[in-house]
Amino acid sequence: MAKSLLFAAAALSVLAAGPVRAQETAPSTPAHQHWSFDGVFGTYDRAAAQRGFQVYKEVCSACHPLKHLSFRDLTDLGYTEDQVKGFAAQYEVTDGPNDQGQMYQRPARPSDPWVGPFPNDQAARAANNGALPPDLSLITKAREHGPDYVYAILNGFKEAPKDLKMNPNMYYNEAFPGHQIAMPPPLTADGQVQYADGTKATIPQMAHDVVTFLSWAAEPSLDERHRMGFKVILFLIIAVGVLYATKRKVWSKLH
Amino acid sequence: MAATGAGVPNSRIVRWIDYRLPFVKFLQHELNEYPTPRNLTYWWNFGSLAGIMLVIMMVSGIVLAMHYTPQSDMAFDSVERIMRDVNYGWLLRYIHMNGASLFFVVVYIHIFRGLYYGSYKYPRELLWMLGVVILLLMMATAFMGYVLPWGQMSYWGATVITNLFSAIPVVGNKIVTLLWGGYTVSNPTLNRFFSLHYLLPFVIVGVVMLHILALHTHGSNNPLGIDHKGPGDSIPFHPYYTAKDAFGLAVFLLVYAIVVFYAPNFLGDPANYIPANPLQTPDDIVPEWYFLPFYAILRSVPNKLLGVIMLFSSILILFILPWLDTSPVRSAKFRPIYKKIFWLLVISVLVLGYCGAHPPEGWYVIVGRIATFYYFLHFLILLPLIGKLERPRPLPLSIGAAVLDNRQPAAAE
Amino acid sequence: MAQGAQSQVTPANAHAVEGETRRDFLMLTAGALGAIGAISTIWPFVDSLNPAKDTLALSTTEFDMAPIQVGQRLTIAWRGKPVFIAHRTAAEIKEAETVDISTLRDPQKDSDRVKKAEWLVIVGVCTHLGCIPLGQKQGDPRGPYGGWFCPCHGSIYDTSGRRRDGPAPLNLEVPPYQFTSATAVKIG
Repeated sequence: MAKSLLFAAAALSVLAAGPVRAQETAPSTPAHQHWSFDGVFGTYDRAAAQRGFQVYKEVCSACHPLKHLSFRDLTDLGYTEDQVKGFAAQYEVTDGPNDQGQMYQRPARPSDPWVGPFPNDQAARAANNGALPPDLSLITKAREHGPDYVYAILNGFKEAPKDLKMNPNMYYNEAFPGHQIAMPPPLTADGQVQYADGTKATIPQMAHDVVTFLSWAAEPSLDERHRMGFKVILFLIIAVGVLYATKRKVWSKLH
Repeated sequence: MAATGAGVPNSRIVRWIDYRLPFVKFLQHELNEYPTPRNLTYWWNFGSLAGIMLVIMMVSGIVLAMHYTPQSDMAFDSVERIMRDVNYGWLLRYIHMNGASLFFVVVYIHIFRGLYYGSYKYPRELLWMLGVVILLLMMATAFMGYVLPWGQMSYWGATVITNLFSAIPVVGNKIVTLLWGGYTVSNPTLNRFFSLHYLLPFVIVGVVMLHILALHTHGSNNPLGIDHKGPGDSIPFHPYYTAKDAFGLAVFLLVYAIVVFYAPNFLGDPANYIPANPLQTPDDIVPEWYFLPFYAILRSVPNKLLGVIMLFSSILILFILPWLDTSPVRSAKFRPIYKKIFWLLVISVLVLGYCGAHPPEGWYVIVGRIATFYYFLHFLILLPLIGKLERPRPLPLSIGAAVLDNRQPAAAE
Repeated sequence: MAQGAQSQVTPANAHAVEGETRRDFLMLTAGALGAIGAISTIWPFVDSLNPAKDTLALSTTEFDMAPIQVGQRLTIAWRGKPVFIAHRTAAEIKEAETVDISTLRDPQKDSDRVKKAEWLVIVGVCTHLGCIPLGQKQGDPRGPYGGWFCPCHGSIYDTSGRRRDGPAPLNLEVPPYQFTSATAVKIG
């Protein structure tokens, strides 16, 4: 018995050390923020996500694509079908070939995937001094401590220390590994975005909202997953109880 | 016509089938009546859990394969489509992804149970060796499966591991080119990995059937490690162990559900959510946790070929374990010295896993080498020696006697 | 009258009887839980085979028919199938409306098959075994009723897309559609 406990403790201590992923040369783990989707009962704050969508659309989408989303996915954030049609129609997509064999432009429909700012990676690099702005559809899952990390980056632009030699076209960022990031600070001033719901758009507020939006974009199924998980686990706890009682009853027949 | 056994409907249909193909009688005997030691602990639940995990992985895998596209330009996007657009696609993907980890948890516990209680000893040597074959097939299947999403870790993990074969002298590079179907890990590689990933689980099913057949020839081992001598030592599998297995399954599913619904990416690597980029290596190429101890052994040796040999040896050594361990006593319960070094092995494997997760620098290298050294020392030197030199504790007369008496075992063996 | 001992619940066997009913209850509950668990687990696997969200998003097609001249026919795609749009001439409309529907294998009035008489919108899939009938392009055979002719097994359709001859059992399907303007339709 003691041996089993010892073994379990050994295994747990390894697991409790946290996901044993090697750390990149990051300065440290980013400061933990409070997100509406944290924890077992977390859900996406729809109001924050809508504000975040506005920040993405007005600031980030100039350089960063969101290719794994389609316009119709926005209905999950609370927008109506007509509003989504309106968003989509602001973009143009290439379609075709038509009967003459030519490709043509048409306004985007809700069923279309998101239209990125550049037709391909090479065009993106050419417009950004050789750096490629990453697609943001999965950014909060593709980085260690994703949401906290993205938030730290957006708030981490500072004056470079005197003794650090900055490479050309690079900016100093506290949270970025190596501290030199090719992205110029995207959030520069309070009120940069006029929120539709009237919330004051400070830089931390915009950062918080856009990270909420991007977390939703990376994992839209989180709400459903948490809801289903609650029911499944409740069911299994009951099943464990009933099956344990059954096991005891069956085994009581022995001597 | 012969009647069927107790508890089985003695209907005409059943008798008609059984006379031609004794399927019902077979199940009757193997499940209902099959004599099982009465003293099995919960450490014996893990075999049936492994079997159930195999079924879960195959069912979820086959349904996922209906939506996945094994082409390098489309694979990553098809997985995202599964996560976002396919009904319950996210659930299927997380079940399959975390199921692989839990499958290995269950199998590793099952293996260490065997190591502790001497389940690999006479007459179960072949049973054990079939188990090692299953482990190897699982590792190949899991490796190829991880490549399929075509993320950064998929691509670079595949590159590192397939490059191992270039260590083979003379023909190494030709073999690697053959594996790749090209000049690097590329679309042909992905396609063939998908085909083999779909195939191997069916091979595993076949080996599992042999494994169970071998098991049923002499029956299960037990915590005391002594053979059953009379009817007082055994109980029928049904209903005792069916009830116990059902309870164990419910507990296991609870853990599985907590992982799938509340921590589905805990065991994974964020870098695999970045599409594969052949022109950019991630900062650290790390395999999934269940490969970490072997990865650490590989990196312990500064020589490429020797590292590869050590890697494969660390698994192949398990094949000859029944002959390395010279003790006539099975269970560690009665082996005071072996009992202690068993835990040293467990610790060394955990340490190897920890080292495998970190870049091979500084202390990680030194500690990794010590743990690798111990791993091989344990199997190649300690087991043969301890078997001969150790004075085992006296064994109980029988399972029944030990269970009913509940006292110290009486006379010496 | 002496009863069998087993039919009486004595203190000795009362515990056993109660134990049995408790075990039965447990077995029943365990079985029920297993069944609920099994069915709830199977559902997501089965439902994943149903059309995914991106497929469902393509379930409607909008199209402006204004460029189609009177007498012209155009084929567009809807849910992966061809849809025949015919801008019918007055003669074609008259023919469609004056047929005695009791002679049809699948009786349907022309007015039940169109929303505006000059526009016929039908799914171009033969109701026999699924071939695409001819009649959309200039020079295609249209059959004796001026409608469509299916080359696979000789089914013949009239100017309302109704089956007139051949092995087809039903008229060409009319998809659900609405006019969103004088000439634009939304199909599906």
